[in-house]
Amino acid sequence: MTGLPELPKKERTKIPRHHIPEQPPEVRIRNFQEVALGYTPQMAMEEAQRCLQCPDHPCVQGCPVQIDIPTFVDLVRQGEFAKAVAKIKEANTLPAICGRVCPQEDQCEALCVLGKKFSPVGIGYLERFVADYERQSGTVRMPEVPPWSGHKVAVIGSGPAGLTCAADLARLGHKVTIFEALHKPGGVLLYGIPEFRLPKAIVEYEVENLKKMGVEIRTNFVVGKTATVEELFWEYGYDAVFFGTGAGLPSFLGIPGEELIGVLSANEFLTRVNLMKGYAFPDYDTPVPVGRRVAVIGAGNVAMDCLRCAKRLGAEEVMCIYRRTRAESPARIEELQRAEEEGIDFRWLSAPLEIYGNADGFVTGMKIQRMELGEPDASGRRRPVPIPGSEYEIAVDMVIVAIGQSPNPLATRVTPGLQLDRHGCIIVDPETQMSSIPGVFAGGDIVTGAATVILAMGAGKKAAQGIHEWLAKLD
Amino acid sequence: MFQILKKESLAPQFKRYVIAAPEIARKHRAGQFVLVMLHEHGERIPLTIAGSDKEAGTITLVVQEVGKTTMEMGLMEEGDCLYAVVGPLGTPTHVERWGTVVCVGGGAGIAPLLPIAKAMKEAGNRVLSILGGRSRDLVILREEMAALSEEMWITTDDGSLGRKGLVTHALADVLASERPDYVVAVGPAVMMKAAAEMTRPLAIPTLCSLNTIMVDGTGMCGGCRVLVGGQPKFVCVDGPEFDAHQVDFDLLIKRLRTYLPQEQLAKQRFLESHQCVALEAAGGRV
Ligand SMILES: Cc1cc2nc3c(=O)[nH]c(=O)nc-3n(C[C@H](O)[C@H](O)[C@H](O)COP(=O)(O)OP(=O)(O)OC[C@H]3O[C@@H](n4cnc5c(N)ncnc54)[C@H](O)[C@@H]3O)c2cc1C
Ligand SMILES: Cc1cc2nc3c(=O)[nH]c(=O)nc-3n(C[C@H](O)[C@H](O)[C@H](O)COP(=O)(O)OP(=O)(O)OC[C@H]3O[C@@H](n4cnc5c(N)ncnc54)[C@H](O)[C@@H]3O)c2cc1C
Ligand code: SF4
Ligand code: SF4
Ligand code: FES
Ligand SMILES: [Mg+2]
Repeated sequence: MTGLPELPKKERTKIPRHHIPEQPPEVRIRNFQEVALGYTPQMAMEEAQRCLQCPDHPCVQGCPVQIDIPTFVDLVRQGEFAKAVAKIKEANTLPAICGRVCPQEDQCEALCVLGKKFSPVGIGYLERFVADYERQSGTVRMPEVPPWSGHKVAVIGSGPAGLTCAADLARLGHKVTIFEALHKPGGVLLYGIPEFRLPKAIVEYEVENLKKMGVEIRTNFVVGKTATVEELFWEYGYDAVFFGTGAGLPSFLGIPGEELIGVLSANEFLTRVNLMKGYAFPDYDTPVPVGRRVAVIGAGNVAMDCLRCAKRLGAEEVMCIYRRTRAESPARIEELQRAEEEGIDFRWLSAPLEIYGNADGFVTGMKIQRMELGEPDASGRRRPVPIPGSEYEIAVDMVIVAIGQSPNPLATRVTPGLQLDRHGCIIVDPETQMSSIPGVFAGGDIVTGAATVILAMGAGKKAAQGIHEWLAKLD
Repeated sequence: MFQILKKESLAPQFKRYVIAAPEIARKHRAGQFVLVMLHEHGERIPLTIAGSDKEAGTITLVVQEVGKTTMEMGLMEEGDCLYAVVGPLGTPTHVERWGTVVCVGGGAGIAPLLPIAKAMKEAGNRVLSILGGRSRDLVILREEMAALSEEMWITTDDGSLGRKGLVTHALADVLASERPDYVVAVGPAVMMKAAAEMTRPLAIPTLCSLNTIMVDGTGMCGGCRVLVGGQPKFVCVDGPEFDAHQVDFDLLIKRLRTYLPQEQLAKQRFLESHQCVALEAAGGRV
């Protein structure tokens, strides 16, 4: 690809940020295909042309895995897409995924110098562009795998933490088996984040690449049930174990009526829709509940995904119930905006008090309390306080609870000696990611609680290094 | 690969499968179950491990064909492979030497009851059994249960075998003649509820095994939740067995109907394209 010239700095700031082409809202609410369509090569090079190539590159500080952003962006400008993606992959093995789901506005793009007066460089869009370009052109170069070190490592969980850890370990010459409880690998990337935000083909493609590097993937294997961690060491012969089991346990509200039919956790709803492809029922066998008036409680990324899935399944009215305001919503701005465009009814400063049902046990309505913002709480956000006498009722036939997840104790509970904090997260040495049990490492949501894809990947990477050093000591 | 090594018909619409699953067989304990997916488009359904052979590396499943997935499974043959089998899931049965244990099984519940009764017997209990079904053919696993029971009673709805009536009628008779130390009731929710109401006034500890709708079976979705002693519990990890006196059966019965319209649609579509199954379901033989 012929690149574009380097422009004088002044000129660069005059180019407006290229928005990513998208399916229009009225079309996309009728399908599960990806919303953002991606840059064309021309758009990508023009967007790359905007970068000021700052010598102190503050953007890099915003990236949890420290991608050399100015260098890769400049390679895009020159039309050297393959080199650009190789540059990214030095720090990040899954750019097609991060480019799509990273909260860039809080990370790399938040610190981009251009963002102060203009809009930041579309770093995420460029990242996904080059990764897609590489994948579609079939020019992916598999990393060299050195001869076997003689060590075997068990990775539990195939989310971003596990996948990254496995890839790095394979590249260091270790034999890796990923044990995954579900029937398909990918973790939240597969069962949680919907197709219209992250096409499953991308996740499958990355998993295939991992297999080509010699990583074995054993699905349908629940560590703690099918085998314990102790057995992985002493009977299966692994020399080290990495926990990347995520934060999969759903939280409920604890309000009356939560046991009614039509009240689902976000996990259940998203698993039925995404992993089990319930949106294609009856061609796929898993039914999904169909609500005409759906309320989703919470306003984070998980809630946005539920709202938008419910809309796509044909719900007439989809409401977001959140006790704070839009400003405090932990969701990515881009996804929040897209949800707004798709006609989601946002009820800010609203807290659910009770869910009502009929004699057959089906949900019929909900009582809502209006809130106002008071003093800041421990998280620094202003605490919502109820407005007395402001309760009102709404009619709904489905309620999805998306108020957070915590670590699933299934495997940790049966691993004696494993130190956990009071939330059930595994305590690790921040340098090596090693837990209280020698040879047992952990990273991702199981250590931090529900966080982000890129942080899970960063932890997986660090753990791979920690495991490598640990294995060297065994020799 | 989870190959079907052996398949046999136990009764109309009841089949027993022996599946190659060495890792699951090795860890299986009474009271546990697996989640099964027939193929990539399939749903995940829980099935109790009715028995296991650690040496042979196999588990046994007994399946009653009630809807799309179980009927489709009935069409699979020896040599075919199930797409996914995960387990062993759930908390194993708490087995103790209680003394006299009455094991009550209704319909498909006899399959999960068998390994529990076996474990109770092995722990030195005196096992009395009550089995029931709609008709003679549908009282499955009679020999297996008889082999480990000191005494056994059978009831059928139509009187074609044993006493005409419900298992709870037989249970009433047993309770009238002696005071067992423990009761295990496994079957349809209404049956377990009735059994629990009979033992409650006598304060006889009673165990039941709940059959809620499940997806993952690992505590991740919460779809299997029930109220036990007023507290929400996940059947797949906290159960499937609970103190029957604490379970909110009315809620459980309602929740089992969550997807009824979709299930009926799926079954109808399946039967339309599989006439042979439709015939068997209608009571004919193939
Ligand atoms: C709906 C949703 C939307 C999100 N959107 C975003 C977003 O836009 N951007 C972003 O950065 N982050 C997002 N997140 C958060 C992000 O997905 C997680 O932080 C990240 O996936 C954590 O990675 P992980 O590898 O630690 O765990 P996970 O991705 O949770 O993977 C853990 C895996 O381990 C398996 N497992 C668990 N226990 C066992 C066991 N005992 N034996 C075997 N396997 C086991 C699980 O089945 C799972 O596959 C979202 C999360 C959700 C739920
Ligand atoms: C722990 C446990 C152990 C079980 N063990 C056995 C067994 O050993 N043998 C046996 O024949 N059956 C067993 N069942 C019941 C079995 O899972 C259901 O009969 C089966 O899922 C029905 O699927 P279907 O598509 O054929 O019928 P459908 O027509 O889809 O469903 C029939 C009824 O089964 C229930 N059901 C539907 N989907 C599910 C699901 N995903 N999970 C659980 N229940 C569902 C619903 O109440 C539904 O109305 C067990 C259930 C549980 C929870
Ligand atoms: S990985 Fe995420 S934070 Fe880092 S540069 Fe890419 S989009 Fe930005
Ligand atoms: S801060 Fe922005 S303009 Fe500067 S190098 Fe990074 S991406 Fe380019
Ligand atoms: S089946 Fe999902 S939590 Fe029990
Ligand atoms: Mg079904």
